[in-house]
Amino acid sequence: MATEFRLPELGENIKAGDLVRVLVSEGDSVDRDQPVLELETDKATIEVPSPVRGIIQQIYVKDGEKIKVGQLIFTVNGDAEAASAGAPAGTGGETAQASPSAAPAAVPQPAPPGSGPEPPRAPNEVVELPRRAVPSAAVAAAPSVRRIARELGVEIGQITGTGPGGRISEEDVRRFVGEGGAGELVSPAFAAAASLPDFEKWGAIERKPMSQIRLKTAEHLSRAWATIPQVTQFDEADITQLEDLRGNYAKRVEAAGGKLTVTAIAVKVAASALRVFPNFATSFDGARSEIVYKKYCHIGVAVDTDRGLLVPIIRDADRKGITEIAKDLAALAEKARNRKLAPEEMEGGVFTITNLGGIGGTNFSPIVNFPEAAILGISRSKTEPTYVRGQIEPRLKLPLSLSYDHRLIDGADAARFLRWIVEALEQPFLLAL
Amino acid sequence: MTSTSNETELAVVGAGPGGYAAAFLAADLGMKVALIDPEANPGGVCLYRGCIPSKALLHVAKVISESKHAAEWGVKFSSPEIDLDRVRGWKDEVVQKLTGGLGQLSKQRSVRYIRGTASFLDANTLSIHNSEGADEKLTARHVILATGSRPASIPGVPQKTPNVLDSTTALDLPCVPKTLLVVGGGYIGLELGTVYAALGSKVSVVEMTDGLLPGADRDLVSILAKRLEKAFVSIMLNSKVAEMSETRQGVKVKFEGAAGASSEQKFDKVLISVGRIPNSRLQGLDKTRVTVNSRGYIQVNPARQTADPAIYAIGDVAGEPLLAHKASHEGRTAVEAVAGHRVAFEPRAIPAVIFTDPEIAWCGLTETEAQRENRPVKVARFPWAASGRALTLGRTDGVTKLILDPDSEQILGVGICGPNAGDLIAEGVLAVEMVASAKDLELTIHPHPTLSETIMQAAEVFFGTSTDVYRPKRA
Repeated sequence: MATEFRLPELGENIKAGDLVRVLVSEGDSVDRDQPVLELETDKATIEVPSPVRGIIQQIYVKDGEKIKVGQLIFTVNGDAEAASAGAPAGTGGETAQASPSAAPAAVPQPAPPGSGPEPPRAPNEVVELPRRAVPSAAVAAAPSVRRIARELGVEIGQITGTGPGGRISEEDVRRFVGEGGAGELVSPAFAAAASLPDFEKWGAIERKPMSQIRLKTAEHLSRAWATIPQVTQFDEADITQLEDLRGNYAKRVEAAGGKLTVTAIAVKVAASALRVFPNFATSFDGARSEIVYKKYCHIGVAVDTDRGLLVPIIRDADRKGITEIAKDLAALAEKARNRKLAPEEMEGGVFTITNLGGIGGTNFSPIVNFPEAAILGISRSKTEPTYVRGQIEPRLKLPLSLSYDHRLIDGADAARFLRWIVEALEQPFLLAL
Repeated sequence: MTSTSNETELAVVGAGPGGYAAAFLAADLGMKVALIDPEANPGGVCLYRGCIPSKALLHVAKVISESKHAAEWGVKFSSPEIDLDRVRGWKDEVVQKLTGGLGQLSKQRSVRYIRGTASFLDANTLSIHNSEGADEKLTARHVILATGSRPASIPGVPQKTPNVLDSTTALDLPCVPKTLLVVGGGYIGLELGTVYAALGSKVSVVEMTDGLLPGADRDLVSILAKRLEKAFVSIMLNSKVAEMSETRQGVKVKFEGAAGASSEQKFDKVLISVGRIPNSRLQGLDKTRVTVNSRGYIQVNPARQTADPAIYAIGDVAGEPLLAHKASHEGRTAVEAVAGHRVAFEPRAIPAVIFTDPEIAWCGLTETEAQRENRPVKVARFPWAASGRALTLGRTDGVTKLILDPDSEQILGVGICGPNAGDLIAEGVLAVEMVASAKDLELTIHPHPTLSETIMQAAEVFFGTSTDVYRPKRA
């Protein structure tokens, strides 16, 4: 009896590929696990092993052809044994999972639904493993790295290693996950939850469901943390003079319906800085090996609400004056606290500012707001004795921290960017120049 | 009616190194675990009838053999007197101590140890016939099969005679036969042959293929073969046993050689060591969805789950290589899978060790495999004649070699022949698993003077900059 060999599923994201070469001909005898196709997918070139043994009757595909998962590749005479060990010929997918080093693996099927009044959390749950054409043991990665990849749902064979000789590091895996390589993204925040200890051993606990905002924040920040190799640069601005100006103009801005805060001024300064340093208004597109430069200047401002962290966006901050920004900011913050913020009012940011100065603290390292390139953190200003032309003077210092995507921005540029912001805050008239 | 005590989260069938490792980890993860085995304590073949007793006896053999060599270093011993009962007693003490310790560890972890044999009523229900003759029913959410393997035999061998031994009965040390034929030149035959030769038997080996230790690289085997040719009376390659019959003077064996010539010899005892076969014929296995392949191994996916989602299989019964350390690792993988983790058994390297004198150990890719797969590799060899430590041990016939990827210079495999190769190989396994390069090994400081230096020195040989081996540069 002829057995059909159809292109098995090779990975979560692989639906089709270009057939580089058929490695066998009609009339050849083929062994189980023998490579029969060389297939180029968007991830990698892989060898597809035969799940069956026998003599090849007819080949239905040609070199260079684009073939899809499930497509008939060839028929084999004999060997009904392999087909019965795996799935029925036709679905084919399962049998490709066999690792070449081990005996062909039979792939368990979940129990047929309705086969009994089983509880929803059946103990017989099949452990889903990523289907792979390249066994991960053949990949240049340490055991701990291979384990992390598996936990994150990544086929490690698809990752390009950056270490010596193509060795794959944990960072390579995390970067791949961030670029959407994982079949089904299990964010590290949630993957870790699976291995929590039984806290009740040590005392009473209470469990509460996460709010939607908390869940989204966790997902978003896990992605940002896993994706972006980030560095934080610290600096401080002498804002003694700025504080005087702020006092002088506060009334005027208040009359216009805003509040002349350090944050509002920082938004204006950052918008101007982004025009001078366009590489801080970018996004990293690893999949296309491109950098996305944004010609618009929408700036997000982190707002602490009783429901969690929200980041409303000030549109076109570069084309607005400080008064207008202050007005916008007051309105958005009000909306955020009253749960009136529309989703589109939190989208499209190029750069984010987060000011924890109202609460306190000397410094902190914010997480870059994916997919932006950098974030500016502001802490509480304080008066410090400072040498000014040989004399000790009380000066008001504002601590600043800039976290940035090191893939896009070099350390020296980050230092220059933050210096520029410091100088703008110290001599506000520079903004006008 | 089943009482609640007869329900468990995990039942592990078989308490060898795979089974007890699985049961203990499951208990440590907070599962309710039952461990089922016919022996009084956990241990399995490895502790009762395999690795451990054979190593105890090989240690005795080593002492005897070194006492002979000591004459070359100016220390002369008279030939040893062997008190076989004491040798056996010492070996049994070692086994008792270890298995008893495992029994203690089971208790401390609240693993329910059931002495008995299990059969399936369905995928989640076992019927256990215990050592007191009673039957009990045990319901388990998951079952791990770790039933191991047993010695294989060959057709035409007289059954039930004290003169034909397998690895189990040979380890019982019934006597020291004047003549012993070892059928099968694999590691079990050579290790036990070494023990009996040291105790005074005239040992002959017959092997079907053209070399000892099929599968191992020839350059490593040839070093051992040279020593064994002296320790054994004869090593017949390309030969097999055609007929075997019991006589009053022992066992009469007719051989068939490669050339077609046949000869006949008599031996006091014959040891059959032609491999092992998996214990996959559990009663009631047909009531589950577990599948067994043509060679008798239970088929599993990378998480060691069988075609029946409630049942996992690990160790010898789940496929080659049949090694204790592979089983333990699989046991831990299976338990993590049961606990809901995404795991897979996918080592880059599983070490293999032959505890003869000298020892042979390797891991990862062998030269033989590379040739068979037409895979280009580079091989760097460091001969132990250049190792200070080997000289001080009077053992300069060893070798350490690295098998490397020619482009990335990553370590794909390591092979060692020499005393303590089994301990030395661990560094090789780590190197392969961590994808270390020859540079990594060369730049890692190794203690002097030790045999472990030979690994670093082999890496130096790879770069042509060995301190201890001079190779003139090619023009």
